Amino acid sequence: MSADSTSEFEVVIGLEVHAQLLTDSKIFARSSTVSGKTANTLTDPVTLGLPGSLPVLNKRSVDFAIRLGLALQCSIERTSIFARKHYLYPDLPKGYQISQYDKPICLNGSLVVRIKDGTKKIGITRIHLEEDAGKNTHLSDEPYSLVDLNRAGVPLLEIVSEPDMRSPEEAGAYMRQLRQVLLYLDICDGNMEEGSLRCDANVSIRRRGETKLGTKVEVKNLNSFRFVERALEYEIERQIAAVREGTPIVQETRLWDEAACTTLPMRSKEHAEDYRYFPDPDLLPLVVDDDWIARTKSSLPELPAQVYERFRKSYELDPYYCEILAEEKAVARYYDEAVAFHNNPIAIANWITTELFGRLNKESMAMSSNPISPENLASLILLVDNKTISGKMAKAIFDEMFSTGSSPRDIIEAQGLKQISDPAELEALVDSILSQSAAQLQAYRDGKTKMFGYFVGQVMKASDGKANPQIVNELLERKLKA
Amino acid sequence: MSELTRLSVDEMRTGLLTGAFTALDLTDAHLKRIDATNEQFNSFLTICADKAREQARVADERIRKEGSQSPALCGIPIAIKDMLLTDGVETTAASKILKGFIPPYDATPVAKLKERDSIILGKTNQDEFAMGSSNENSAFGPVRNPWDPSRVPGGSSGGSVVAVALGQAPLSLGTDTGGSIRQPASLTGVFGMKPTYGRVSRYGVIAFASSLDQVGPFARSTVDLAYALDAICGYDSNDSTSMKREVPAFREELRKWEGKSLEGIRVGVPKEYFIDGNEPDVQAATQESLKTLEKLGAKLVDISLPHTEHALEVYYIIAPAEASSNLSRYDGVRYGYRSPNAKTLSELYSKTRAEGFGREVKRRIMIGTYVLSAGYYDAYYRKAQEVRTLIIDDFKAAFNNHCDVIAAPVSPTTAFKIGEKAQSPLAMYLADVFTIPASLAGLPGMSVPTTLDRNGLPIGLQLLGAPFTESTLLRVSQALEHAGNFDTRRNCS
Repeated sequence: MSADSTSEFEVVIGLEVHAQLLTDSKIFARSSTVSGKTANTLTDPVTLGLPGSLPVLNKRSVDFAIRLGLALQCSIERTSIFARKHYLYPDLPKGYQISQYDKPICLNGSLVVRIKDGTKKIGITRIHLEEDAGKNTHLSDEPYSLVDLNRAGVPLLEIVSEPDMRSPEEAGAYMRQLRQVLLYLDICDGNMEEGSLRCDANVSIRRRGETKLGTKVEVKNLNSFRFVERALEYEIERQIAAVREGTPIVQETRLWDEAACTTLPMRSKEHAEDYRYFPDPDLLPLVVDDDWIARTKSSLPELPAQVYERFRKSYELDPYYCEILAEEKAVARYYDEAVAFHNNPIAIANWITTELFGRLNKESMAMSSNPISPENLASLILLVDNKTISGKMAKAIFDEMFSTGSSPRDIIEAQGLKQISDPAELEALVDSILSQSAAQLQAYRDGKTKMFGYFVGQVMKASDGKANPQIVNELLERKLKA
Repeated sequence: MSELTRLSVDEMRTGLLTGAFTALDLTDAHLKRIDATNEQFNSFLTICADKAREQARVADERIRKEGSQSPALCGIPIAIKDMLLTDGVETTAASKILKGFIPPYDATPVAKLKERDSIILGKTNQDEFAMGSSNENSAFGPVRNPWDPSRVPGGSSGGSVVAVALGQAPLSLGTDTGGSIRQPASLTGVFGMKPTYGRVSRYGVIAFASSLDQVGPFARSTVDLAYALDAICGYDSNDSTSMKREVPAFREELRKWEGKSLEGIRVGVPKEYFIDGNEPDVQAATQESLKTLEKLGAKLVDISLPHTEHALEVYYIIAPAEASSNLSRYDGVRYGYRSPNAKTLSELYSKTRAEGFGREVKRRIMIGTYVLSAGYYDAYYRKAQEVRTLIIDDFKAAFNNHCDVIAAPVSPTTAFKIGEKAQSPLAMYLADVFTIPASLAGLPGMSVPTTLDRNGLPIGLQLLGAPFTESTLLRVSQALEHAGNFDTRRNCS
């Protein structure tokens, strides 16, 4: 965004995020929710919208909604209602979507988001449960489309924020940190590319100082973090240009076209669609009692923001490390476990974020398939810290640990990699090198003190790199002064 | 074997257990009766002759093995309204839009009957999607009344009542949304009960209006009705609105009351149900039944259900609203009729639905769509739900303070001529004016055949109870049945 536009206009952004829930079965039916199966094999009378089929609410999806609601400081409504939202489309088997409408399960929460200069509290208007639709595939050279109902009925949580974000960066930060929460709670896999986490944005601009909101435009199809920020940047520029030209902003839905780097109008919302919401008579009101909420509360894990703070305070870690290590629950847990074995939080943070992540990235592996146990990583660092091995050796051992999953001690033993720190053994080695290097010794004595490094190198080479360089240094210094 | 089509369930059961006849004999006799009468009366849409015979053989085997330990309805034939899904057997709700639809699963009440090895004879005709009171709204032609074939059998469960009245089946299942069990039972002289909402699972029952729909049985006696109720009632985890309530053994309860007086039963007589619009014979027959109840030891209590006059309006907002939503799924995409004339997605919807649905169904979809529209929702749907609560409260007050059952006419008239009301939806809607309030309140209700009018057409008495008091209704029904001499078997052979 250009500098002068930020000064003249204020950007107002609210996000609607859809998170697919990691339940085993669908929200109102028994079919499985796994992805990647042959089209229309994960169906049943309810999913297909067959005559006579009836929805039965999946309790686990309610657990998940309560979990997220509590994590986002929402009030959990004791009674919420499922409504029917009507529209005709081939991926919607019943002709209506079951969704919570005027009585959602969670209200009035917030997420405190870290942004570049501090934190910002983003309000959560509501969170509600609903069912996903199927998937249509439009064929370019056929007079028909294909419908796959495997996804139909997968539970979704829709998380609606207040229009509290003032820049694409803030929206991106909110989205990332909301995703972290979902992952920490184990209720969504957070995969934006595969659509298990989706984002629509409501964007408007207004002149600075104006209190009334501008006409909002809904931008859809933001299926990566990058898209969220880029699409918003583009859309804000478009709106600013329009206002400058005196063209009124039309309330509409626009679709982000990544290839063209532009948003295009989808359907005009001048005449809002009439979804004819009414309470679904096939479902009773959803009643959540205090006990259910208390049970869920006591099972909540530590949340990413809490982990971040703890890393900062207890381990005195740099914000940079806190950010990376708290991003994924598995990483945070790994880090905590490693530090528990060997209390060197900074070195461990360094090893995880550079060596371990480097290798995982290179092999395109996830943290979950990391072959090095936290205990083994911690012992490796301990071995460096107590000078059993050199840093250079540690890297070689790390590579071996990554390939084999073995412990550093086993590797050291098997390969005889242990550092030589016995002064007597090293002195013999130093003496032998010095006795073979008369010319270099003479040069050194003539004032070429740079030759010191040469001697160190020769000793290291002769010891296959196992000599403790510090002791070698000390020995050489003593001998050369003599 | 024509006598077999006149038997009660007890008589059939005895015959099966003593070996006087087999389930196959029973099945063949009924299939023969259907064969002989269906062309004229059009009560069956689908006849499952082969499947029924196969089921009969299985039932005979079970009776041979288990004897009196076999379920009471083992080997007993039954007819099923086409609103209930039957695995592998075409199920259409009498609509062109479902022509050719073969369900892959059984409705829960059907599954329960199959568990008992009852014999499913076939699927019965009805008003399309149960929308109607005369069975004239079937896409597959009207059903005729056995007492006068120029007249309607009532609706929407027209085929199911005629099957029982004609001896095509000793038992049948219907559905009641605003009176579709009680009104046709009254017009054809059979017993019919709509149980409490939530008593019978709606799973696999084609939805008309979800908050009102309820499956119930037809029979030629109170005891037979109780047998059917014993088979189909009970909680079902597939239906979130079905109730976790203990179900009494209805047949056994009746044994307890047999021959006993109705002493201790207070019968509420709601003044709002005795109106000028009632045919004089209906009015007189109802008064006569009240006297009989009194003679049987019941105490009559005058009551008032002050919001009755609004029930019809409330019903014709709520039922179409739910129907417009429930029928959204008939879009030509996955099953049933698909217009061959559609060139775009939008035409696929509009043409499939325009060609597939009948006039009355389309009328109700339009009413329902209208009352749910933004800007009208509060004035219609929300208001109707509020008034519905008042109607429920009327009944609560009556049952809490004044009476155990309510007795009233089922319908203002006896069976009318085919075509007589077909052109006036409003006149037709009035046929359900006395059955709708209990539907809105989710109460159990039944029709007990009592007498004939001056034209020899049956008149039923409606009995209504508090939620889950079907037993009490059956007790009163049995007493009335034994005190009177209505011949439910007159047209059975």
